[in-house]
Amino acid sequence: MRLVEHFKAGLDAPICLTWELTYACNLACLHCLSSSGRRDPRELSTEECKAVIDELQRMQVFYVNIGGGEPTVRSDFWELVDYATDHQVGVKFSTNGVRIDAAVAERLAASSYVDVQVSLDGATAEVNDAVRGAGSYDMALRALGHLRDAGFRDAKVSVVCTRQNLGQLDAFKELADSFGATLRLTRLRPSGRGADVWDDLHPLPHQQKELYDWLLAHGEDVLTGDSFFHLSAFGSALPGLNLCGAGRVVCLIDPVGDVYACPFAIHEEFLAGNVRSPGGFASVWRDSGLFASLREPQSGGACASCSFYDSCQGGCMAAKFFTGLPLDGPDPECVQGYGELALAGVGAVPKPTGDHSHRGGVRGGPVPVSIGARPCNESPV
Amino acid sequence: MLALHPQVSVRPEPFGALLYHFGTRRLSFLKDRRLLDVVQRLDGSTSVEDALTGVPEGERAAFRKALATLEQTGMLA
Repeated sequence: MRLVEHFKAGLDAPICLTWELTYACNLACLHCLSSSGRRDPRELSTEECKAVIDELQRMQVFYVNIGGGEPTVRSDFWELVDYATDHQVGVKFSTNGVRIDAAVAERLAASSYVDVQVSLDGATAEVNDAVRGAGSYDMALRALGHLRDAGFRDAKVSVVCTRQNLGQLDAFKELADSFGATLRLTRLRPSGRGADVWDDLHPLPHQQKELYDWLLAHGEDVLTGDSFFHLSAFGSALPGLNLCGAGRVVCLIDPVGDVYACPFAIHEEFLAGNVRSPGGFASVWRDSGLFASLREPQSGGACASCSFYDSCQGGCMAAKFFTGLPLDGPDPECVQGYGELALAGVGAVPKPTGDHSHRGGVRGGPVPVSIGARPCNESPV
Repeated sequence: MLALHPQVSVRPEPFGALLYHFGTRRLSFLKDRRLLDVVQRLDGSTSVEDALTGVPEGERAAFRKALATLEQTGMLA
C-alpha cells in the first residue's frame, strides 16, 4: 500500500493538529476562518488544556499548530507553551504579533521547540491593512523585527493568498528573507467570515496559474501547509502530500474543546466530538463516526472521470462545503473550470456554525465594503 | 557512528514510522518497518553494514540511499 493510501485510511493519531486556544482577538480580519473576536466563556481552562497536552504526548503527536483568535492574549498562553514543550509536544503558533515584544522574542529564541508564524496578508501596509485592519502591518513587522533581533531562527511569515496580494509574491519572499524568516503561503477558504468576502478575495483563474508556476519555481523554499493541492491539476504535483487530510491525518480542536475534521470546517456537519467527553481527544479521534466515514475510500463522484482527479483528489472539502457544492464534486476553484460550472447551479449556501465576531467591529478594523471593485455600484447597505 | 539525532522523535506506524526533528521542525516518513529497525539498530552497531544485517543483499542499496537521505536532512547524526 502506498504511503498516501495509509494516510487516507487514517492514522492512530493525527500527524499535525490545529488547536485554536481562544476565539478572542484584538483584530477583526475580514477573512477570519473561525469568525473570531470575542472570547467564548466556555473556553477550556488551563487544567483542561494541560490534560489535552498530556493526551497528545501519549499519542505521540509531535507538534500542535496553535492559533485562534489571537492565542497570545490568553493569560495562560506561555504557561501552556511551556507545558507542551516540557511534554514532548512541539508548538507552532500563529500570531498577529501583538504580544511579541523584545522580551518575548528573547524568550522564544531560547527554545528550539517553539516555532512562530506571523500572519501578514499584504506585502504593503495598504494591501494588508485593508483585510487585517489599520496598524496590523506595522504590528506584524515589529514582531518579526523583534524575533530577528533576538536571534530567533527561521520564523514564518504566513500569508493567506488573495486576489489583492497575489501580485506581491516576490515582495513577500523578499520581506521574509529580510527578516531571516521563511515564507508560508496558504489558501483562502470560504470559512468563517471568509464566506462573506470570498467572492471579492479569492484568486482569479489566471492568478491561480501564476501562483502554481511561482510555487513550482520556488519548490521547498516556500511552505504551503499542503494547502494548494487543487492546483496540482495544472500538471506536476506540488511538494507535499497532495491530499485532503481532514479527519485522517489532521483535525481541529476549537477553544471550547470541540473537535472538527479540519481547521477550515467549523460547522456541525464536521463536528466529531468534544475533548471534554469521556475518553477525551483520543477517543474522538479513534472512534468518531464522522472520522470513520472520512477514512472510507472516496468515490470521486462527478470528478472521477476527470483525468486530473489523481492529482487534485477533487480539492478542498471545506471550500466545496461553504460554497454550497457537493463534497464529491469539483472544488469551487477547480483549475479545469468545472467548479465554475458547478457553482452556477448552487442555491443556498451553508452558514458557519459559530460567530464570535466583535459586535460593531474594532477600532481601525477593516471596512468590508472597501475591498475590491464590485461590478455594479449598488449600495452595500 | 551514525545514530538518530537526539532531537528526533520516532512514532511507529503500520507503514513504517514518522520521524520528527524538533530542531529543524522537519517531518520524515520511513516507508518500511524494516528501515525503522535498521535506524534503531544504528546506535550500538559498529557500522552501517552491521546495522543492515538481515536485510537481503539485493535491497541494501535502497536502504543505504534512505539512510543517506536521513543523514542529509539531519535526522541521523
